[in-house]
Amino acid sequence: MLEQIGISPTQLFGQLLLGFVNGSFYAVLSLGLAVIFGLLNIINFAHGAIYMLGAFTAWLLLHWFGVGYGAALIIAPLFLAICGILFERTLLRRLYDVDHLYGLLLTLGMALVLEGTLRWLFGSSGNPYPVPEELQGVWRLGFMVLPKYRVWVGGAALTLCLVTWLAIERTRLGAWLRAATEDPMLVQNFGINVPFLVTATFALGVALAGIAGVLAAPIYQVNAMMGSNLIIIVFAVVVIGGMGSIVGSIVTGVTLGLVEGLTKVFYPPASDIVIFVIMAIVLLVKPSGLFGKDIHS
Amino acid sequence: MSNISPPPSMPSVLAAGPARFEGVPRIWLLFLLLAACAPWVLYPIFLMKLLCFALFACAFNLLLGYTGLLSFGHAAFFGGAAYITAHAAKVWNFPPEVAVLVGTAFAALLGVVIGALAIRRQGIYFAMTTLALAQMISFLALQLPFTGGEDGIQAVPRGMLLGVFDLEKPLVLYYVVLAVFVFGFFAVWRVVNSPFGHVLKAIRENEPRAVSLGYHTVRYKLVVFVLSAALAGLAGSVKIIVFQLASLTDITWHMSGTVVLMVLLGGVGTLAGPIVGASIIIGMEHFLAGTSFPVDVANGLLFMVCVLAFRRGIVGELAPWFQRLRRRNPGSDTSGATHG
Repeated sequence: MLEQIGISPTQLFGQLLLGFVNGSFYAVLSLGLAVIFGLLNIINFAHGAIYMLGAFTAWLLLHWFGVGYGAALIIAPLFLAICGILFERTLLRRLYDVDHLYGLLLTLGMALVLEGTLRWLFGSSGNPYPVPEELQGVWRLGFMVLPKYRVWVGGAALTLCLVTWLAIERTRLGAWLRAATEDPMLVQNFGINVPFLVTATFALGVALAGIAGVLAAPIYQVNAMMGSNLIIIVFAVVVIGGMGSIVGSIVTGVTLGLVEGLTKVFYPPASDIVIFVIMAIVLLVKPSGLFGKDIHS
Repeated sequence: MSNISPPPSMPSVLAAGPARFEGVPRIWLLFLLLAACAPWVLYPIFLMKLLCFALFACAFNLLLGYTGLLSFGHAAFFGGAAYITAHAAKVWNFPPEVAVLVGTAFAALLGVVIGALAIRRQGIYFAMTTLALAQMISFLALQLPFTGGEDGIQAVPRGMLLGVFDLEKPLVLYYVVLAVFVFGFFAVWRVVNSPFGHVLKAIRENEPRAVSLGYHTVRYKLVVFVLSAALAGLAGSVKIIVFQLASLTDITWHMSGTVVLMVLLGGVGTLAGPIVGASIIIGMEHFLAGTSFPVDVANGLLFMVCVLAFRRGIVGELAPWFQRLRRRNPGSDTSGATHG
């Protein structure tokens, strides 16, 4: 049936897999944005730059120190989380009392500095990162070819989302975090260290973006601008899903990745803008976003 | 002498020109005089670039400074109008004034569409929505057949304005651009100082209250959004006539960020701020072009410094200072009596 409309199943499933992988990146990144926004009320414009730094850290670890993929998957997010903590403690913290848009502008400035510096140091051409040995090769399923690494990335990203969701919904720390999102003053009065929670949350969001970067390194070329356009797509994902719920971020991210993949099959020129078109439609139909709770938030 | 008395350098500033800060109109007359003489001192193309960006920043400030709406998608209007003007002048062979009008009208239309969608959300979501919609426009600019993809539209003819003025002559072109800037600036000034402008400021200060007073704030926001988009488009269109090149640089989100920075640096919600901010940013870009230091990093650092250290911008920080100065000197010749 697919052949009749000129589409081979290999191509269809290939694009769906690619869409799924992209979607899992959207999910991890929008999840990080949502977690940070929930407590800090700040949209982290540097999220794309942090994702890029994750990939770059992995690449540099390999080329300068010979540290492999598995270790990079742990070292890079830890390193970035520490940088994130320093950034939050020294700079971002000063903006909590003013309009939250200033936080957006500060992180935008940070993103420009990070991307500009890395492009200055390493040029704008892409640097290939090898797929780790254990994950090389493909599975042939007859109707499609399944590269092992892509399956790993999709699975790892979704596991990451699930773990984050469980941590926030099912643990004591997560309960504090949710309570502090509702009413920081009250939670502080109960003796919980809210400023610490804020820092920890920011570090968590940064680490998530860092892991996403390491996961992405073998798929996309490691490049100073790799997060620059991605962050805007993630913003659109966030507007579509609304930042009210964590499950919402995950579902919206993956779905939009799949929709993008399908568009690549059926009408390739529209694949770059389909998410923005969906965003426009959602704004017309349900301005608070698909999972959004409150239009004024 | 109290501890808030001015530093020693101040009396000399006063002596140099007390008239400069006495009334706003005189500052603007002085500015106009300087602008009229400038092409004999500075490179006209540089000045014209500066004027285009200053107009762009003024248009943006109308939205951010006077209505409190942070649009992150103004490059779509600036760059979109640029592409349309370039196409109209080069392919359709329209005279420059018509090409600029077509570009501006396109920006206004685009402003209606993007504005109508974006004002359905507020605050941070408004910023993200405009950013995403503008990104869509920039993808279109990359892909549509008439835009020339990565090459852009090159060698746009300048032509004869109204069939009389030859825009190939740098000085003629400069004064035309200056006239457009003055028109645009006057438009912003007129809007800000109209009853309409006062409603905008009311929306900025407290939107629910403006609603409770019976104003349809959504309509006001849409109208000012379209005005701002049209003026940004005017700036982009004129830039095409000057540079004869429409490219992706004008339409990507970095341009939207740059205009935010210009206004923030100069002073959000001040009339002169966008001009000061645009001058500094364009001047800095010009200077950095001769070095290997990346412009993005400089812009990013400026962003961080502005946000952390002086959120009112240069003009916003200096204005109270001048006002205090004037209040202490009711007469123009009593500078010695300040400490009395």
